[in-house]
Amino acid sequence: MTTTAEHGLAGQPGAAEQHAHPHAHDHDAGTPVVSARPKLAVWKFASCDGCQLSLLNCEDELLSIAEAVHIAYFPEATRAVVEGPYELSLVEGSITTPDDVRRIHEIRAQSGVLVTIGACATAGGIQALRNWADVDEYRSVVYAHPEYLRTLDTSTPIASHVDVDYELRGCPVDKKQLIEVLAAFLGGRKPRIPTYSVCVECKLKGNVCVPVATGRPCLGPVTQAGCGALCPSYGRGCYGCFGPQDSANTASLTKQLVELGMADDDVIRVYRTFNAGAPAFAAASDEVAERVAARSEAAAAAAARADGVVQERGPE
Amino acid sequence: MTHQLKDGGQVLNVGMLARVEGEGGMHIEIKDRQVVDVKLNIFEPPRFYEGFLRGRKYTEPPDITARICGICPVAYQSASTEAMETICGITTTPEIQLMRRLLYCGEWIESHALHIFMLHAPDFLGYESVLEMAKDHPDVVNMALRLKKAGNDLMELVGGRAIHPVNVKVGGFYRMPTVSELEALRPALEQGVEDSFAAVQLVAGFDFPEMEQDYTYVSLRHPDWYPLERGTEVVASDGVRFPVAEIPQRIEEFHVQHSHALHARFDGGTYFVGPLARYSNNFDQLSPRCQEAALKAGLGETCRNPFKSIIVRTVELAYAFEEAVRIIDQWRDGHAPSVPTAPRAGEGVGASEAPRGTIWHRYRIDADGVIQDAQIVPPTSQNQASIEADLRLAAQQWVDLDDHMLTHRCEEAIRNYDPCISCATHFLDLRVKRTTSAEQP
Repeated sequence: MTTTAEHGLAGQPGAAEQHAHPHAHDHDAGTPVVSARPKLAVWKFASCDGCQLSLLNCEDELLSIAEAVHIAYFPEATRAVVEGPYELSLVEGSITTPDDVRRIHEIRAQSGVLVTIGACATAGGIQALRNWADVDEYRSVVYAHPEYLRTLDTSTPIASHVDVDYELRGCPVDKKQLIEVLAAFLGGRKPRIPTYSVCVECKLKGNVCVPVATGRPCLGPVTQAGCGALCPSYGRGCYGCFGPQDSANTASLTKQLVELGMADDDVIRVYRTFNAGAPAFAAASDEVAERVAARSEAAAAAAARADGVVQERGPE
Repeated sequence: MTHQLKDGGQVLNVGMLARVEGEGGMHIEIKDRQVVDVKLNIFEPPRFYEGFLRGRKYTEPPDITARICGICPVAYQSASTEAMETICGITTTPEIQLMRRLLYCGEWIESHALHIFMLHAPDFLGYESVLEMAKDHPDVVNMALRLKKAGNDLMELVGGRAIHPVNVKVGGFYRMPTVSELEALRPALEQGVEDSFAAVQLVAGFDFPEMEQDYTYVSLRHPDWYPLERGTEVVASDGVRFPVAEIPQRIEEFHVQHSHALHARFDGGTYFVGPLARYSNNFDQLSPRCQEAALKAGLGETCRNPFKSIIVRTVELAYAFEEAVRIIDQWRDGHAPSVPTAPRAGEGVGASEAPRGTIWHRYRIDADGVIQDAQIVPPTSQNQASIEADLRLAAQQWVDLDDHMLTHRCEEAIRNYDPCISCATHFLDLRVKRTTSAEQP
């Protein structure tokens, strides 16, 4: 057992549970914190830097955090580099290049507990939209010399490549939740992060229900809580930046969105944003897309039949 | 850091450029004490925003493009909303414009405070990070955290969230903050005005290397205001000026083999966007107190020493705090948060002044408001050639320093730009290669 086993996060939500790193099982929840400060590393893959910025945005807590953990690798904040292994690694961003695949395995090997932070790292981020597209076409749209690029056809979450001990959702993560995850790591306990929907947060805040009161679409019923129901508090529907909640009933929501008057294309787009690659949202959007495709195929077949009739009759 | 001999030359590797937004590196080749090649390498994985924006609705870019950058999302939101409003012929109210400016003040405060104190000041004071600096300079670091928090609090109120604000839309906002909510921020903002003017004096006392370049400074210009959330035209220090709509004709993007970020030329040449350009082109639009503080800090009405960008940024920090208080002073409740919008086929440009320089977006949409084409040009992309020119000059000027010191100086020269490599895309690998002609094949 490595020293890292003395720290940890017990239990993981969603996909992380199946991918738990062996180290995470070596300790019991509630193990006392060791005296030496654990080494923290912050890593980045394809992303906007926003989730690691959330750590620097903890203005009231930053100096205390730096006392509780040894910030050993965090290029955004410091030139200093302390060699691994690291008791805790926070990983931002998704895997989009062949080099990323190699690097995440190296990071896993030198990390005790590995926590992915944000929508990119947990669901592939908005760049996962490429998973539905022709990346060669994207290359030529954006770049004059697409041959200079080294990139994969997909954007995938970290857990698709290595075992992950805990996944923290959000685009960006909520800094209070980030601090809770750090505190849980230091205390060797499970983070207290809700897995219920944004609707619960809305009710707790006393918000008027946006779709019910205004008829505007809202992903709140299928989105995991964590933001404090921000969008409904500002009078707009939730757009799902924390990704699907546990057991999200997307079929029911899709039906409701259509009843509210959304076109199928709009329904597809609303599921395909910052957590487009999360299985529940991907499946919900695919379902609508298949329906649209089936409909247009049927229409094309009908048109062809009609056309065929005309052609057959033509020579007469 | 490793030191090795290769092909008879010296190669210095530094894994990653630190204290910048995103990851990147540089390549410097020195032969017979002459700098022969300089490259800023950005091979950040491309995220293809311009690709997947095609087919999205005209209302979506404020939320989607904000995700290009966690540090300056408002810059993306402002430029994209302005572009869409231009295309669709939507005229917002003066109050909506004022609230956009207030939100932008929050972003400038948060981003400038982050860069000045947490990313840049450690270079001048000899620390690896702000956390180390905190041990010897607790008052400075506590002030920095206070300033940054004031900016984030302003973004959270006006934008709904400090990173990727949710309250911005084409046509205005979802909800206007109230006078009483804004008044609650006043004490911290007024304290911020005083703190940041004190900070101007503080950073003016740093030791600055002598280095000047004859840059072509390009920035927005507004007849009434120092440019932040928008400008009416683009001005260059050589006297050229033209409307924002003409940017795509005047600025050309091109792709070089060593970088995943596109480079850019203005009227065919290298140019410079950012605080130094804004300041030098718009000194007359700063408040009297900012002008006085700048001159007292040893800046002229233009500044051509890139290392002094930290002073200029701090003057802009003070200006953003002053502006925020000024806007809150005149705010009244009851204004509509947005105007109605409807799509219209067409093409248009939106531009704003991100903390690190002019950003512009160009979109073409169809009659249903579906995006047909998108072009997004962030400041760091435009500055790459200037950064390389500075690196070349810095490396030559300090060529006799040992590799460790030379590397440090070159990193500082890059940090002067507060480069946002996430915006421009990513990953730098730092190498200095020294050879002599005798060692060359």
